[in-house]
Amino acid sequence: MDKNTYSIIGSNKSKETVERLANIIFTICAFIAVLAVLSISLYMIISGTPAIFEVGLKEIIFGTVWRPSGAEPSYGILYVILTSIVGTFMSIIIGVPIGVMTAIFLAETAPKPLAAIVKPAVELLAGIPSVVYGLLGILILNPLMYKLESAIFANSPNHQFTGGSNLLSAVIVLAIMILPTVINISESAIRAVAKDYRYTSLALGATQIQTIFKIVLPAAKSGIVTAIVLGVGRAIGEAMAISLVAGNVTNIPFPFNSVRFLTTAVVAEMSYAADTHKDVLFTIGLILFVFIMLINLILNRIMKGGKENAK
Amino acid sequence: MKKIKKLLSMMVMVILVSLLVACSNDKKNDESNNSNYSGNNDKSLNGSITMSGSTSMEKLSNVLAEAFMTKYPEVIVNAEFVGSSAGIEQVLAGAVDIGNASRNLKTSEKEAGAVENVVAIDGIAVIVDKANTVVDLSKDQLVSIYKGTINNWVELGGANQPIVVIGRESGSGTRGAFEEILDIEDQCKYSNEINSTGGVMAKVASTPGAIGYVSLDIIDETVSAVALDGVAVTSDNIKAGDYFLSRPFVMATAGEISDQSEIVRNFFEFISSDEGKELIEKVGLISVN
Repeated sequence: MDKNTYSIIGSNKSKETVERLANIIFTICAFIAVLAVLSISLYMIISGTPAIFEVGLKEIIFGTVWRPSGAEPSYGILYVILTSIVGTFMSIIIGVPIGVMTAIFLAETAPKPLAAIVKPAVELLAGIPSVVYGLLGILILNPLMYKLESAIFANSPNHQFTGGSNLLSAVIVLAIMILPTVINISESAIRAVAKDYRYTSLALGATQIQTIFKIVLPAAKSGIVTAIVLGVGRAIGEAMAISLVAGNVTNIPFPFNSVRFLTTAVVAEMSYAADTHKDVLFTIGLILFVFIMLINLILNRIMKGGKENAK
Repeated sequence: MKKIKKLLSMMVMVILVSLLVACSNDKKNDESNNSNYSGNNDKSLNGSITMSGSTSMEKLSNVLAEAFMTKYPEVIVNAEFVGSSAGIEQVLAGAVDIGNASRNLKTSEKEAGAVENVVAIDGIAVIVDKANTVVDLSKDQLVSIYKGTINNWVELGGANQPIVVIGRESGSGTRGAFEEILDIEDQCKYSNEINSTGGVMAKVASTPGAIGYVSLDIIDETVSAVALDGVAVTSDNIKAGDYFLSRPFVMATAGEISDQSEIVRNFFEFISSDEGKELIEKVGLISVN
């Protein structure tokens, strides 16, 4: 009898209690995340909507004048939304090719000793706090940008000089910040492509470069798209680094204009805002929240699509 | 073997559960400690003052709080720096005893019951980078720079380099005061809006041709302060009323000072005492009365 019920943990009865207790604890822990998401969503909606009714959604989203503490306040954030879109898009344009090429290098062509240098460097890049990116941006990038700006606009008296704090600086910082995300995910996507594909292609006489661009990359497409979407998510949600380098003035997102992103608009003014101004900042947060939700939805679609393709 | 494993798994469970419970226990302990505290009030001055508000008033608040705590060792003064409007909001909500604002109170705030107690006057300094040769600006010139009608230092007798106009974010007490005094609210064309005083200093110091505005007490050797209408930015000039860029530092209370708790009344008496005035002047501000 005793031998039949032998268990490494204990008797059946105590085993059952432990199992049940553990289950309960796991469930509680799991619901902390759900609770957090639900309460954040609820809070964003509750605190973000009053301003929409007060100011009007059209006035906020399509207005171009941001003058929250004026005698006749105006809360247009069209330029801010455009800046976030243009800035993110530009950083993707710069960051994704570099990231994907690095991933190809790491997964396909790198000699072992070189990969041993590049790989840890990429991992280190992912661990650097965003405020450090911002500080380096202020110390190195902004003075360089100011020199470039002075050279380009030397003969245009109407240009407002930004001292190097402009959209281009922010885009460069963002492009570097999304690199680790893009590299790591594309690399694992490229590595996941079956070796047979490569062998078949090489056996048919294709060169390594032809194999990479015609066979491996198309096969790893859904993984690379995931990398891009995650990169977009990182870029659009970043606040600290770009609040230091972008200049923070609500302007049309031209490369040499001082600009304000959705994130920095909230960060910059929250501490001193009051009344409607504060409500509108919450609305900006809500808009950012919706943007990121959309990106997550797209990401889920792509991942599902990728799985179906794999079948 | 069997028993040891059983014991081990039980212990892990107990630890997990006790960790979960621990937080709520801590809170209860805190509350009982607090109630003990307030029971001792009548012995001597004993308890705590909380204040919250303008980041511009950080230096002043900390110096006053430290001196007050040295004088009354049983008292704890907690100061947070969250911004003028947030500070007033908190004092009106009863979350803190004193709300710090680096501007005059708005009518809406006064209607809600906030009382404006001016404790000091702050001068706003106009700063340029060290290499700049311009040492004096008139009010009109300053207005033109910030409105964007003058955009090169050569028009002001300086070197031929563009002016990089740096300011604070909208809602900032310093920006509000600066624009209000110059009567250029919402007409400024900033090329950088920076959300801290230190940030403005750093940006002006590192950018050739930059101009910015900050509180008087924070000025150091990394930038030069320009004279306005020929008046240098010194406390004597501000006190005499010759220097036009100045603003009040307000420690607002919900209701008159006389309605506050004994400890808060004592704090305001301390501020207006000679000792308090000395401290205010020590941090580069101008005392009132």
